[in-house]
Amino acid sequence: MRFQLTEDQWALRDGVRGLLAARFGRERLRAAMEGAGGAEVEPELDRGLWRELGSAGFFSLRLPEEAGGVGLGLPEAVLAFEEAGRVLLPGPLIATHLAAGVVPGAATGEAVVTVVDGGGVVEWLGAADVVRGDAAGAAPMRSVDPLTPLHRVAEPDSGDRTDVLLTSLLTAAEQLGTAARVCELAVQHARTREQFGRPIGAFQAVQHLCAGILVRVEVARAAVYAAAVTVDPADIAAARLLADEAAVRGARDCLQVHGGMGFTWEADVHLYLKRAWVRARRPGSITECEELLAAELLAEAP
Amino acid sequence: MDLSDTPQEAEFRARLREWLGKALPSLPAKPSPDDWPGRRAYDLGWQRTLYDAGYGDVHWGADPAVRMIYLEETEKAGAPYVGANFVGLLHAGPTVAAEGTDEQRAHWLPPMLRGEEVWCQGFSEPDAGSDLAALRTRAWRDGDDYVVSGAKIWTSHAEVADWCELLVRTDPHAPKHRGITWLAMPMDAPGITVRPLRTLAGSNEFAEVFLDEVRVPVANRVGEENDGWRVTMVTLSFERGTAFVGEVVACRRVLAELAVAARENGRWDDPVLRRRLGRLNAEFRALWRLTQWNVSEASEGVPGVGGSVFKLRYSHARQELYEAAAEVLGEGGAALDLEQPWVLDRLSSLSYTIAAGTSQIQHSIVAERVLGLPKGR
Ligand SMILES: Cc1cc2nc3c(=O)[nH]c(=O)nc-3n(C[C@H](O)[C@H](O)[C@H](O)COP(=O)(O)OP(=O)(O)OC[C@H]3O[C@@H](n4cnc5c(N)ncnc54)[C@H](O)[C@@H]3O)c2cc1C
Repeated sequence: MRFQLTEDQWALRDGVRGLLAARFGRERLRAAMEGAGGAEVEPELDRGLWRELGSAGFFSLRLPEEAGGVGLGLPEAVLAFEEAGRVLLPGPLIATHLAAGVVPGAATGEAVVTVVDGGGVVEWLGAADVVRGDAAGAAPMRSVDPLTPLHRVAEPDSGDRTDVLLTSLLTAAEQLGTAARVCELAVQHARTREQFGRPIGAFQAVQHLCAGILVRVEVARAAVYAAAVTVDPADIAAARLLADEAAVRGARDCLQVHGGMGFTWEADVHLYLKRAWVRARRPGSITECEELLAAELLAEAP
Repeated sequence: MDLSDTPQEAEFRARLREWLGKALPSLPAKPSPDDWPGRRAYDLGWQRTLYDAGYGDVHWGADPAVRMIYLEETEKAGAPYVGANFVGLLHAGPTVAAEGTDEQRAHWLPPMLRGEEVWCQGFSEPDAGSDLAALRTRAWRDGDDYVVSGAKIWTSHAEVADWCELLVRTDPHAPKHRGITWLAMPMDAPGITVRPLRTLAGSNEFAEVFLDEVRVPVANRVGEENDGWRVTMVTLSFERGTAFVGEVVACRRVLAELAVAARENGRWDDPVLRRRLGRLNAEFRALWRLTQWNVSEASEGVPGVGGSVFKLRYSHARQELYEAAAEVLGEGGAALDLEQPWVLDRLSSLSYTIAAGTSQIQHSIVAERVLGLPKGR
């Protein structure tokens, strides 16, 4: 057992982080939001960036080399999605990733693929070239997240079981990235913002909020990485629960650390929180995970 | 990222499992929680059994991955807990191994491993708890001895200990972190009075220890004179970093037992309670993974401040576990009946957010030393 990133995994993580920093930095994030503030119009999906992700192997990461993919495994995919979660990369990333090798053009980023998920919600319906599942009669809603347009459908699709598991795991990876990022934002702000003549990070109440954020990140990280290695449904459920918690509570505490500034449209904090909320309702919700983990306790019982 | 056993690890696991299958059934019955001499004998006996079978040194020195397997398998099999050997095996021993001289290692470690001697920890004082560096127990040189006077408190296992890892102030004029020295004090030295304190669980888990001109040989000093704070940090990093690791597996076992009990008494049909148990399953799974992560990261040597992250979450989760246990035992007052299993454990779980550094102190450590926030007040 050596439960640490390998050299190659570090390199992959740094590579994805570098790519995203260059192509989807904070200015791009804010630019993508311009005009999305009203939420009446669906924000544009950046096709150029989508293709670039495709050629970098983001969607074909787990496709065998013979099939034109990168031939890596779930742990690597989890690292890539964690990076996507860090920068709030928009788009139906998971659906397109899972469609690579199944839907033509998905692997290369030519096609944008979305899915009707178990909760009866579709992300990015307007931008999608291909919709998996039955989206007939989908009605738009005003999405809380300015960068994730949502539609509701009447008849939820139960979905492919493996896809549900992988969606849950990759969602957890995105949540982990978001949680780690809000921890950094909280700490940065706590170090620089001064009140009472000193950085607010010198006050215990603020310190303890920040420490709490980090603890949730680290516990979630261990759970998410382990689930990527074992692909055990109970491990995935645990990872999802803890990563959802780390992202949602982390973003809320980060907002608290930012004070009034945190409540503005200007600060990025709300974007992290809203995206975390959107992801948290994907298949493999809190109730499902808790029930699965409860049942697992009795699985081996006499 | 690899969670599978190497061939050597798999072989170790299989051999250990087979041995546990044979060794556990022939263990004597567990003594009552109030019978300290009985508990001492039982805990030392188990350590001796481990030693004779070649597993005596598995807590330190051995490959950390092997230690994880040891903790996992012994807990799953329901083997005895380290108990009275907690301090010796889990933090005094590792400290002596890391910081002691060759003579000191040869003198103290083998009896610990053979299950012959029990250690206790004399760090806290009535006016030095969270602010440990404020300790006032004095020691001055007299020939080849230190002469020690003062008082320690909350000293677990003091009544049955042979040795005490003791912090003393050797330079009262130096800044408070600088004048401290780490000594190993024999508990049978003249001048030591142990007064048991009754815990909220009704037991005598810890004691006050009064020291009146106790002579401790200078040769028993680990590290340099006045450099004891650095050695203390090593001890505490073991205490927070690795000492509770095995208990995570134990909690997972308790949780599974709780689920079975809930199924039997019908409480399982309550979705709120059931989901709460499911959430705890996530918690302890993740804590075990975090442990594997930390152990792989440290790989050898002294664990880092990451131990505080683990300790914070684990101590909280353990308390939640026993709160859930009370829910399961539920109606009819079973949760209030000291004869019931889990009720004593529920009481003792209350100490986890206090002992080995309170949660508030751990939060501050994480904020300042891991996150680099400015030093607070
Ligand atoms: C079961 C048990 C076994 C123990 N065994 C041992 C042992 O074997 N050997 C040994 O040496 N010690 C032992 N201890 C002592 C333990 O380490 C101390 O109790 C602990 O460090 C807290 O110190 P205190 O009790 O003096 O509490 P205090 O330091 O008085 O703290 C009281 C409260 O104030 C808070 N507080 C204090 N300072 C701060 C601060 N700066 N910021 C925020 N909050 C603060 C604390 O978090 C706590 O909530 C044991 C304790 C228990 C409960």
